[in-house]
Amino acid sequence: MSTLELRGVTKRYKKETVVDNVSLTVADGETLVLFGPSGAGKTVLLRLIAGVVDPEEGHIFIDDEDMEGVEAEHRGVGMAFQNFALFPHMNAFDNIASPLTVGKRSRDEVKAGVEQVAKLLKIDHVLHHTPRELSNGQKQRTSLARALAGSPPLLLLDDPLRNVDAKLRFEMRLELPLLLEAQGATVIYVTQDYKEAMALGQRIAVLSEGKIEQIGTTEQIYLSPKTLDIARLFGDPVINLYDVKGKQDTDGVFVELSQQRLSLDDSKAQCIDKDAVLGIRPESIKFVPENTAGSIPVVIEAETPLNEKIVTLALTEGGREMLISRPSGTAGPTAGKAFVTIDQSALLIFDKATGNNFVESTKSDTDREVAA
Amino acid sequence: MEYQSKLETVLRGIALLLVVVFFMFPIFWIFLMSLQTNETILRVPPSINFEPTLSNYRALITGKLETSAASLEINFLRNLWNSVFLSVASVALALLLGVPAAYAFARHKFKGSEDIAFTLLSFRFAPPLLVLLPLSLYFQKMGLADTYLGLIWVYQLICLPLILWIVRGYFEDISPDIEYAYRVAGHSWFSTFRKIALPLAGPGIAAAGLLAFIFAWNNFIFALVLASADKQPVTVGALAFITASGIQYGQIAAAIVMSIAPTLALALYAQKYLVEGLSLGAVKG
Repeated sequence: MSTLELRGVTKRYKKETVVDNVSLTVADGETLVLFGPSGAGKTVLLRLIAGVVDPEEGHIFIDDEDMEGVEAEHRGVGMAFQNFALFPHMNAFDNIASPLTVGKRSRDEVKAGVEQVAKLLKIDHVLHHTPRELSNGQKQRTSLARALAGSPPLLLLDDPLRNVDAKLRFEMRLELPLLLEAQGATVIYVTQDYKEAMALGQRIAVLSEGKIEQIGTTEQIYLSPKTLDIARLFGDPVINLYDVKGKQDTDGVFVELSQQRLSLDDSKAQCIDKDAVLGIRPESIKFVPENTAGSIPVVIEAETPLNEKIVTLALTEGGREMLISRPSGTAGPTAGKAFVTIDQSALLIFDKATGNNFVESTKSDTDREVAA
Repeated sequence: MEYQSKLETVLRGIALLLVVVFFMFPIFWIFLMSLQTNETILRVPPSINFEPTLSNYRALITGKLETSAASLEINFLRNLWNSVFLSVASVALALLLGVPAAYAFARHKFKGSEDIAFTLLSFRFAPPLLVLLPLSLYFQKMGLADTYLGLIWVYQLICLPLILWIVRGYFEDISPDIEYAYRVAGHSWFSTFRKIALPLAGPGIAAAGLLAFIFAWNNFIFALVLASADKQPVTVGALAFITASGIQYGQIAAAIVMSIAPTLALALYAQKYLVEGLSLGAVKG
């Protein structure tokens, strides 16, 4: 186990800044997910930590030791690559054994080490195959086994489930957290899949254009996203977003949607008299019988089952689309007119101009300090 | 369908035969010539009816060239040895210098790296005569004229750019991630080069080495100008067969057979690597 700290790490290729002043800390034994769209700099960040590329500015500390000038082979990290990066001229056994052949281990020790991790990942029957003879899933497991084999205290996993089929991805998403926990390593896990991020991460760092947009627990990211983009990226079905204007009267801050008043708490007061975007998670909208106080009339367009949820697409009177989600097996209208109410405590409000959440998410920042 | 595919097979066989005849006939004819005396070779019309003789080969091996006028001393075996030594040593040196250089050019884009790589390639564009005159003057001053060392050095003009540029493409084709993975697993850059980069670029290195060997073997002008008789390879040594009493076609043919035999054998042995190697680099790049 080890700790990791990045301080103001910046990496440029030619004139382009791909990692921009990134600072973060990862606690001993923690799993941090780096989440972001492709081109956000996630992979480069991992490579910087692994030491195969060097940052232009900033410092990387592993176990409080500055890694500047420390070569990749001396950093004690294990890494699984998105494209697997298996050695094509070695069989699976030798691939997995590569971190074990460095020290003065005997042949039997190497063999035992490989077999142990191969068994764990259920590839012990294909160890004599070359990468060319392995299926995609086996390649993925081999690359993971290679990363785990040396029992590195710091494990870097670069979207390891990206190139495997959906079924295997689902299985691995369940298996991986247990595996990583058993390993006891500090893990940085890169992914573009928000479900994977939610399933695996204790904390999530959202990366965009080389900058960290937000670091927080999965709940913080989901419930109080710092920006509109993050709100949009996390959640399936996607969050409902409506252009509104913040208003204030004697009862407090509010916005209007379909002539209904939706109250906001005082922490969102900054939105008053500004163009804003209102975010409503599909699961905080509920169907109600007609004439319930504060209900909004909608017309149902379509209904789709989505995993364990039923998602309904409806139109408000103003013609705006609204996604409503309810657990499978619960009753709800399937066509025609209906009425919904909105859970007003879960409303999100963003500045339309900047995309930032009006509520300064100081909460997640303080949490980060505590974790550090 | 059966019939058509049979016809196809036959046609393909004929086409292949034509190609083989076109390319192999000169070699075949030279081989026949090498087994004849000058008199039977120069018969008009030519005929393949002759009494095979090994006298040409005997003359080459013993070093005594019997012409109608006189007996000449030639040192063909010495030339052959020179060819082998010069080519092998030049290719070995070029591999030793060129493969690490190719790796550096492939993996590290430093300031001016493209310029240096291109300059090296441009040695192949320049006509050899352009550099030969100044070189022979320098070499005389430096005491390198008429030495194996000097020749091997000059042969780098042929071998080094070839090896550098072919092998570089191979190194570039290897995903850096594969090398990163080995580094992260705890291995030094040198063992990564040795255990990952070299084996993966192996076919390319073999192909480049083979090509360089053939180019070095076939070189004529450098050795002609820069070396004297006892350092000259077969390409230059063959000039000795143009004698005062006429051109010794039989001996020339035998000399050619003996001098192409090593490269031919090497190419046949390595043809799989050669074709696979050269096309792989091209397609993937």
